[in-house]
Amino acid sequence: MVPLFYYLVLSGILFACGVTGFLIKRNIITIFMSIELMLNGVNLSFVAFAAQWHALSGQVFVFFVMVVAAAEAAVGLAIIIAVFRTRETLNVDKVDLLKL
Amino acid sequence: MLHLVLFTVFGLICVAGAINLLVQTHPINSALSLVVVMGSLAVEYLLLGAEFVAAVQVIVYAGAIMVLFVFVIMLLNAGAEERSKGSIVALMLGVPGMLVGSILTAWVLVKHSGTQPVALGALPGHPKDIAQLLFHDFLLPFEVTSILVLIAIMGAVVLASRPESIEKTKKEN
Repeated sequence: MVPLFYYLVLSGILFACGVTGFLIKRNIITIFMSIELMLNGVNLSFVAFAAQWHALSGQVFVFFVMVVAAAEAAVGLAIIIAVFRTRETLNVDKVDLLKL
Repeated sequence: MLHLVLFTVFGLICVAGAINLLVQTHPINSALSLVVVMGSLAVEYLLLGAEFVAAVQVIVYAGAIMVLFVFVIMLLNAGAEERSKGSIVALMLGVPGMLVGSILTAWVLVKHSGTQPVALGALPGHPKDIAQLLFHDFLLPFEVTSILVLIAIMGAVVLASRPESIEKTKKEN
């Protein structure tokens, strides 16, 4: 018997790690992986709440989140390849065409 | 008791992997620690009685998505990350703001948490029940995701292809 609280704490830690990585990392691929980490943290809380309330729709929602994450990964990595091809760098600070 | 031990062990592995993702400078090391995070999360899903989600987590996340990441890292021959100077204003405003926000959130959570223990294995997480839900109640969203995936495939192909190869196919037609 594991309290729901523990799962939510773990989920929160994972989400916080994802946010921190998103903010402090400078490599565009690592930033992308931090987003995946945040999505995983949210998925864990979805499944934990589904178990708490005996509602299977939480698990179906996790399935949809995974589909969207897969689509996002495919398009995002294609964008990363396009950026690398034009600018020859993966550092987000060097991709500053729209910056004042 | 066994559940709690398993939860703690794999939760610690999960957090260690997440922190390792932040500490490593080379993206391939970050990608491999993300695989560790996703694998141990699959065990957490099993502990919650969600067998279907655990299997999908291993197949889609740890399998497909991470292979895509590792493939792109190797394709682009990404080296170690270079540090750059952050803005001082963001540091001066951001750190106190984040502290205040986290303290407020923690206060609300501690003050108003009336959570009860979740009984493990009590959830009817059989793939058959999920399929019933997915192909009956959630049929329209399911069909919409198929369109989303189709658009994502086309977008990825268009974005990742070289501009000159698109020009070439246009001339051939």
